[in-house]
Amino acid sequence: MTRTVLSWVGNRAILIAIGIIFVAPVVFVVLTSLMTSDQALTATLIPHHWEWSNYKNVFDAAPLARWFGNSMMYAVLATVFMLLSSVPAAYVLAKIKFRGSGFLFLCIIVTMLLPPQVTAVPVYVMWSHLGLTGSLWPLILPNLLGDAFSIFLMRQFFMTVPREYVDAARMDGCGEWGALLKVVVPMAKPGIAAAALFMFFQCWNDYYGPLLYTSENAAHWPVAYGLATFRGAHGTNWELTMAMTVLVMTPIVLLFFFAQRIFVEGITVTGIKG
Amino acid sequence: MTTSELSLATAAPIVVRRPGRAKLRRRIAIASMLAPTVLGLLIFFIYPLIASVYYSFTRYDLLSSPQWIGFKNYRFMFGKDPLVWQAARNTLWFVVILVPVRVVCSLALAGLLVRARRASGFWRTLFYLPALVPPVASVVAFVFLFNPGTGPVNQILHWFGIKGPLWFSDPDLAKPSLVLLGIWVVGDIMIIFLAALLDVPSEQYEAASLDGASGWQKVRFVTLPHISPVILFAAITGVIAALQYFTEASVASAVASGKATVGGGSGDILGYPDDSLLTYTQWLYFKGFANYQLGYASAMAVVLFIVAAVFLVLLLRKVKAFNPEGAS
Repeated sequence: MTRTVLSWVGNRAILIAIGIIFVAPVVFVVLTSLMTSDQALTATLIPHHWEWSNYKNVFDAAPLARWFGNSMMYAVLATVFMLLSSVPAAYVLAKIKFRGSGFLFLCIIVTMLLPPQVTAVPVYVMWSHLGLTGSLWPLILPNLLGDAFSIFLMRQFFMTVPREYVDAARMDGCGEWGALLKVVVPMAKPGIAAAALFMFFQCWNDYYGPLLYTSENAAHWPVAYGLATFRGAHGTNWELTMAMTVLVMTPIVLLFFFAQRIFVEGITVTGIKG
Repeated sequence: MTTSELSLATAAPIVVRRPGRAKLRRRIAIASMLAPTVLGLLIFFIYPLIASVYYSFTRYDLLSSPQWIGFKNYRFMFGKDPLVWQAARNTLWFVVILVPVRVVCSLALAGLLVRARRASGFWRTLFYLPALVPPVASVVAFVFLFNPGTGPVNQILHWFGIKGPLWFSDPDLAKPSLVLLGIWVVGDIMIIFLAALLDVPSEQYEAASLDGASGWQKVRFVTLPHISPVILFAAITGVIAALQYFTEASVASAVASGKATVGGGSGDILGYPDDSLLTYTQWLYFKGFANYQLGYASAMAVVLFIVAAVFLVLLLRKVKAFNPEGAS
C-alpha cells in the first residue's frame, strides 16, 4: 500500500519537475521581454519595473506590422489554395481506384518526405525566370497545384468515411463532385480542419522558404524570418528581441488552444499505427 | 496522366440509363479533381528532380546559360571542397545524436503520461506546446536563455557555484545546445508514442501480471513489440529531418554571433562558432544561393537525394500507412 502511494507521488514529482523545466524557457522569455533595456543587460531574472512599453517600442524598432501582414497573407492564401487543390485530390486517392492510382500515391508520399533542398535549384531557377523571386509568391502559388502532406493527411481522414454513404450519393446522381462536396466534406470536416491548421502553422513558422525567396527584400519578410534578423540589428536589446519572440509565438499558441482537439487528432492520424 | 489512363476498373456500380455518357462524365469529373495535383507533381517534383541531375553536370550562375563540365562538380565536392566534409560531418552528428536522443526522450515522456491517467490531457498539452512554437522563436529564446553573460541558465548555475560554459558560442557545445532545444520540442513525437501506448490492449498487461512478469518484463515483452513500428517510423522520419537540418542551426549561428544579416550574406556567420553548426543543407544553400554556384549546389542536392532515398525506401517498406492499398 505505501509502495503504491509512494510511486503515485513519485510519478507526479517527476512530471511536475519536467513540467517546470518545460515551462521555464517561456517564463524567462516573457519576464525578460518586460525588463527595461538597462536591466536586460544585467544578470537578473525578475523585472524590477514592468516595462510594458517594450511591446509598443518593438513595433518602432522593426516594420513589425508589415511583417505580420506578410505572414498572414502567406499563411492564409497558401491554406486556401491548398484546400482548393488538395481536397479533391485526397478524395480521389481515398475513394476511387484506377490504373496508376498506386503510383500517384507513391509520388505524393515521396514528395512529402523528400528534403526540399533536393529540388530547390531548378524550382528557384523557374521562379527567377518568371520574375517572382524577391516575393512570397513562389511559396504561395504552388499550393494551387496540390500540397503532398495535406493530400496525405486528408486522404487518411477520407478513408474513414463509410463507402456506402459515397455510393448512395453517386446513385442519387450526385456525380463525384457531388459525393465529395455533399457527403465526404461534411463528414470529414475535422480532417480538413486539421490539414488547414497544419498548413497555416507551417507557413507561419517557415524560415527556409522566405530565406530562399525574400531574404534580399525586407518589405516582403514574414515575421518569423524578420525575428531571425532582429537580434543582429538590435544586438544589445534582449528585451525587445524577447518581446518580438513572444509576439511571434502568440498567434500559434492561441490558435492551438482554440483547436486543440482537431490538432491532436490530426497528428495521431498521420502518426501511422503499425 | 491523361483521362484515358483513368480506367475505372473497380469503380462503384452506378445505375444510369446511358452508361457511355455517364462513364465519360465521371472520368471528366475525376480528371478535373486530379489535374492540379498531377500538374504540380510534374512541375515541382518530376521536372526538378531530372533538372537537378542535369545541372549537377554544368557550371551555372543563373546569368549565363548552363555549361556542361562533366563530373567536375562531383570531383570538386569529393576532393577539393574542405567545408563540404565539415558540413557533412556536422549533419551526421545530428543524425547520430539528435535523433536517438529525441526518440528516447519522447518515449520516456509518453510513458510517464500514460501513467498520469486523469491529468494526462493537461500534461499532454504542456509537453506538446513547445513543439508548436515557430522554430525561429524557440532558437532565439534558447540562444538568449543560454547566453554566457546574462542568460538565466548560467545565472542558475552560478547559484550552485558552477561557472556556466559559453554554450552557443563554444564550438564544442553549440551542437549539444541544439540537442537541448531538440528535447524541449520533443512533443511532436511524444504525441504519436502516446497514442501508440494507449493502443496496447490492457488485457495483455493483465495476462503478463498473472504470469508473474515484472515491470521491466512487461515493457520488454508487451509494450515494445506493440510500439516498435512506431519507434521505427519516428526514427526514420527523424533521420530524414536531420539530413535537412537547417533552420535551427542557421538561426542559432546568426543570433549567437550577433551579426546583422542571416543566411545569404557573409561567410563569418555561417556555421558560427567555428563552422561547428555548418550543416550540409546550409552549405548547399550558401553555395547555390549566396555564391550562385547552382551547378555545384545541384551536385550536392543529388548526393543528398541519394542518401535520403535510402531511408525513404526503408520507410515505404515498413510503414503501412504509406502503402497505396486500401482505397475503398
